Amino acid sequence: MIRIKNLHKSYPIGKDSLHVLKGIDLHIKEGEFVSIMGSSGSGKSTLLNIVGLLDEHDEGDYFLNGQEIKNLNEKKGAVLRNKFLGFVFQSFNLISYKTALENVSLPLYYKGVSRKERQKIALDYLDKVGLKDWASHLPNELSGGQKQRVAIARALVTQPKVVLADEPTGALDSTTTDSVMDLLKDINNEGMTVFVITHEEEVADQTKRIVRLKDGIITSDTINVQRNPVKTV
Amino acid sequence: MKFIFDSDTWQEIYGGIRKNKTRTVITIIGVLWGIFLLVTLLGASRGLENNFKTIFGDFATNSVFVWTQRTDLPFKGFQKGRRVRLTIDDVEILKREYKEIKFIAPRSNSNSAITRGFKTGNFNISGDFPVLDKVQKKDLIFGRFLNENDIKLKSKVCVIELEIYEQLFDKNEEPVGEMVTIGNISYKVVGVYKNGTIAFDGAAAYIPFTTFKQVFNTGNRIGWMMITANEGVDILQMEQDILLTLKNIHKVDPEDKKAFGSVNLAAEIGKVTGFLTGMQFLTWFVGIATLIAGVFAIGNILLITVKERTKEIGIRRAIGATPVEIRRQVVLESVFLTTVAGMLGIIFGGFVLFLMDTFLGSGPDPTLINPTVNIPIILFAFLILIVLGTLIGLIPAYMATLVKPIDALRDE
Repeated sequence: MIRIKNLHKSYPIGKDSLHVLKGIDLHIKEGEFVSIMGSSGSGKSTLLNIVGLLDEHDEGDYFLNGQEIKNLNEKKGAVLRNKFLGFVFQSFNLISYKTALENVSLPLYYKGVSRKERQKIALDYLDKVGLKDWASHLPNELSGGQKQRVAIARALVTQPKVVLADEPTGALDSTTTDSVMDLLKDINNEGMTVFVITHEEEVADQTKRIVRLKDGIITSDTINVQRNPVKTV
Repeated sequence: MKFIFDSDTWQEIYGGIRKNKTRTVITIIGVLWGIFLLVTLLGASRGLENNFKTIFGDFATNSVFVWTQRTDLPFKGFQKGRRVRLTIDDVEILKREYKEIKFIAPRSNSNSAITRGFKTGNFNISGDFPVLDKVQKKDLIFGRFLNENDIKLKSKVCVIELEIYEQLFDKNEEPVGEMVTIGNISYKVVGVYKNGTIAFDGAAAYIPFTTFKQVFNTGNRIGWMMITANEGVDILQMEQDILLTLKNIHKVDPEDKKAFGSVNLAAEIGKVTGFLTGMQFLTWFVGIATLIAGVFAIGNILLITVKERTKEIGIRRAIGATPVEIRRQVVLESVFLTTVAGMLGIIFGGFVLFLMDTFLGSGPDPTLINPTVNIPIILFAFLILIVLGTLIGLIPAYMATLVKPIDALRDE
C-alpha cells in the first residue's frame, strides 16, 4: 500500500539546510496497523506529511497504492488525498462553524457526491463512531474525545486506503485515549490500513507494528506480538 | 460554470459568511455606502438639472436680446451721448441679412394703469408680435396668444399675466371676452398666461405691436428685440455680427460699447450648464471613488479573513479541496458580498431619492425636480461593482492557495 525507498527530506534554515529524513525504507501492506514512534525532532511528522501528500520529498521513491508520487501539483495532490487518504490530527481540525454532520460530509462534497447521498453516508459514519445523536452539534459543544471521533468519521467517510493519524490522542486524557484507540483498532479490524504517529508508548503498544524513528533514520521495525494474534498462533 | 447553480456551493459560501457576522456587515456597509452615494448624488444632481431646465424651459436658449442706449464715442460728426433708436426697419434688414436667424421678435413697451370697473393697477404694457410665443413660450391658462389677425387689424385686444388677472378679476371669473381699460382705451382680454420662474417682462399685458404703435404714437421705433438663432449656430458670433450691422445702420462707432446693449441667453445658460456639468463630473468622481474604496475594503477584509481562515483552508485542502475550489469559494464570497451590498445600496439610494422627491421636489418652488438615475447607469455601475468585486476577490483567493496546507495545519 505504501512503499518508501531511500527517502530523504531536508528543510532550508537560512543558508544551511536541516536534513530531517536520512534515507527511510518502509513498506506498509494493506490492512496493517502501524505506529511511528519517536521523540520530537525525530522526523516522524515530516514522514507523515510526505506520506500524506502534504509535503514533497527531495530524494527517493514513494509509491502510494502502486502509484509513484513525483512532482505532484496541488490539484493532483488534493484529488489523491481525497481519494486515498483520511487524516486525523492532534488538534482535531474540525471547522468550527460547521456541525458534526457537515464536518463529516465535507470530504464527500469535494469528492462531488450529491447532497442527499452525503448526508446519508456522513450520518452512517457518525453512527459508526457512536455520535449519531450529536450530528447537529457544533464542535465547541463536543468534548475532546467526541471531537476526535468526529474527525475519525470524517477521515473514513471517503473510504480511503489509508488513515493517517498524527498524534491522535495527544490532546486527550487517558480514558478518552483508550476509546479513540479502540475505535482505530475496530477500523483496522475491518481491514483499513492505519498509520499512527505518536510519542506515547501506551499508544504504540496498541498497534500491530511499531516503527521507531530517531534522527531521521529507522532504528527498529518490530511486529507487536501481543497485538498480532494471527502471527502468534 | 455549473458550480454557480449548485446549491452546495452557496451552502458553503453562506456558511463562510455567516461565520463572522460583524465582518460581513462591515464589508457590506463599505460597498453599500459607495453605491448609495453614487445613486443619491446622481439623482440629486439630475433633480437640480431638471429644476434648472424648468426655470429656463420657457426660453429658446439660443437667444440674444438687443436694446439701445446712448453712444459713448463721437462718430462721423455726431456728438457722443446721442440716443440711438432701434426701428422696425432694422428688424427687416436683420431678417434679410442673416439666414441663421430663426425668429426675431421686436417689441415696444411702456407702462400704464389697467382698469376694470373699480379695480386698477399699474403694469407693463408691451407691444408684441405673435412670434414672441415662439421665442419665449407663454404658459396660457385661459384663451389664446396674439395672432397675425390682431396685428393686421390693429385689434384692441390684450393677453394679461396671471397676477393682473388676479388683481382685476374675481376668483374663478371667466376673463376671456371681458374688457379692461389701458390708458383711456378699452381692450378685450383674449388670453391669460402665467410667468415661469424667470421672467423678463414681469406682470405684463401684451397688446398687438401695431396697436401699440398707434396708441402710444411710437412711429417705427421699437424698444428692443429678441433674436433666436437656428440650431447649431454660433450664437456668440452672431451676436457680435448683428451688433456691428446695427452700429453700421445707425452710424455708431464700431468700437462703441455703450450704444447697444445685449444679453446672450446662451452664454448665461452656458455658465449654469457648465456648473451642472462640473457638478455631475464631481458626482461621478466622488461616487466611483467611494465605490472603489468600498470594494477595496471588501478585498482588505477578505484578505484578513483568509489569514484568519488559514487553518480552515488548510483543513479543506487536506481533505481534498483543490486550489481551484478554494479560490472559487473566496472569489464567490467576494462577488456575493459586493452584489448583495450593491443591491442594498441601490435600494437604499432609491429610497432616499424618493424621500428627496417627497420633501424637496414638490410645492410651488421645488429645489429638485424628479431626482432620478437612469436604469442603464445603475446597471453599468452595478456591473462594474461586480467586476471589481471579482477582481478584488482574486487577491485573497490567491493568497489562500499560496499557503501550503501543511503550514496551515501545523500546530503552534
